[in-house]
Amino acid sequence: MRSAVAAADDGATHERAAAFEADGLACRRGGRLLIEAADWRLGPGDALLLKGANGSGKSSLLRLLAGFLWPAAGSLRHGGLDVFADLPHWRSLLHLIGYQEGLKPSLTVAENLAIVTALLGGSVARCGAGLDRFGLEALADTPARFLSSGQRRRVALARLVAVPRPIWLLDEPATGLDAKNRSRLEELIDAHRQGGGIAVVASHGDVALRSPHVLDLGD
Amino acid sequence: MWQPLFALARRDLRLAARSPAETFMGVVFFLVALSLFPLGVGASPDILTRIGAGVIWVLALLAVLLTLDRLFQADLDDGSLDLLHLAPAPLELVVLAKCAVHWLTSGLLLVLASPLLALLMTLPPEAYWALPLALLLGTPTLTLIGAIGSALLVGSRRGSVLTALIVLPLYIPVLVFGMSAVDGVLLGLGGRTAFLILGAMLLAAASLAPFAIAAALRLAAE
Repeated sequence: MRSAVAAADDGATHERAAAFEADGLACRRGGRLLIEAADWRLGPGDALLLKGANGSGKSSLLRLLAGFLWPAAGSLRHGGLDVFADLPHWRSLLHLIGYQEGLKPSLTVAENLAIVTALLGGSVARCGAGLDRFGLEALADTPARFLSSGQRRRVALARLVAVPRPIWLLDEPATGLDAKNRSRLEELIDAHRQGGGIAVVASHGDVALRSPHVLDLGD
Repeated sequence: MWQPLFALARRDLRLAARSPAETFMGVVFFLVALSLFPLGVGASPDILTRIGAGVIWVLALLAVLLTLDRLFQADLDDGSLDLLHLAPAPLELVVLAKCAVHWLTSGLLLVLASPLLALLMTLPPEAYWALPLALLLGTPTLTLIGAIGSALLVGSRRGSVLTALIVLPLYIPVLVFGMSAVDGVLLGLGGRTAFLILGAMLLAAASLAPFAIAAALRLAAE
């Protein structure tokens, strides 16, 4: 009930994505062609699930989508424009939650979230909603070095609520989360998509997505 | 555009305040190493006066170098380096903000400590303003040049030794003109030209180094 209300509250601030397309996208790392010719066409509200064995290139693909790697071939377009042509603009549209949470051990949970929010250009006033969403209010004044891995992950995910951005790139977002928080995450992704956002999720199957497009990277 | 930069600067200042041992490491090294010189070369005032300014400059160089290896490494280790790329501000300005805070927590402390060191090395009274002024102009350049090396080697093991090897030769101009500025004042020759050159090097470093640092960090993100 509570999360349904929260979802309605968040709905107003979700940002709509435009069509996000990949055409023959290839990714090479260390001389090895990890991904050859990936194609997709995602519209607002769509999700892409990246499946594949360890080392199949899920994280590399997400880093490529965030503009940290250059594609070996192919193109990536958002709203019809090549994302690599205006990388700063593209980066201002996306969230990347990687395997590291980006928390400073000596800062408290609230400080960490407030700083990341300001750094990403969000409004610090929304931090409370982020903490609330993942049940972190009680931990707000705890230094991040005392957190468990699941709690660290929740602080990183709270960023998604605090800073509304239309494209979410999530690398194994449910790692370390308990069942309750995993369903909070699933609800959050759902609300994001209903608001017109796009989510690209690399997962071993611990995140349930509503009718996602699937890209299987094999092994 | 400014909000992310201020947020980052505030974060780094707060981190420096929370780990004073790391923050003051550079300046404490500076003080301890300098206090060895009177013991090592003998406390004869004329020797100390003659080598004083040079020793202080060399140690300032090493003290800045000592604090450089954590500049980007800590952010890489915990993943917050990626967030810097996602901030809606040019990476060049983001790294400039980081360098500014690094200088506030390293170079500025050396500037503030330098009159005391001038006293320790029995330098003449003119050194009490000439030395801090030369360090004030020179240490930000040291931070900016050092940050290039630090960014190039972020993520590599043994990075700090390699950073020293890359960066120290680039520090030579600052050392030469920093020395001649202070010596010029102490010998009554007037160090005006050397001070101006130190200022020019600072302006050049502040305008060019951020591009090199940002390019190095983009490579590191791959």
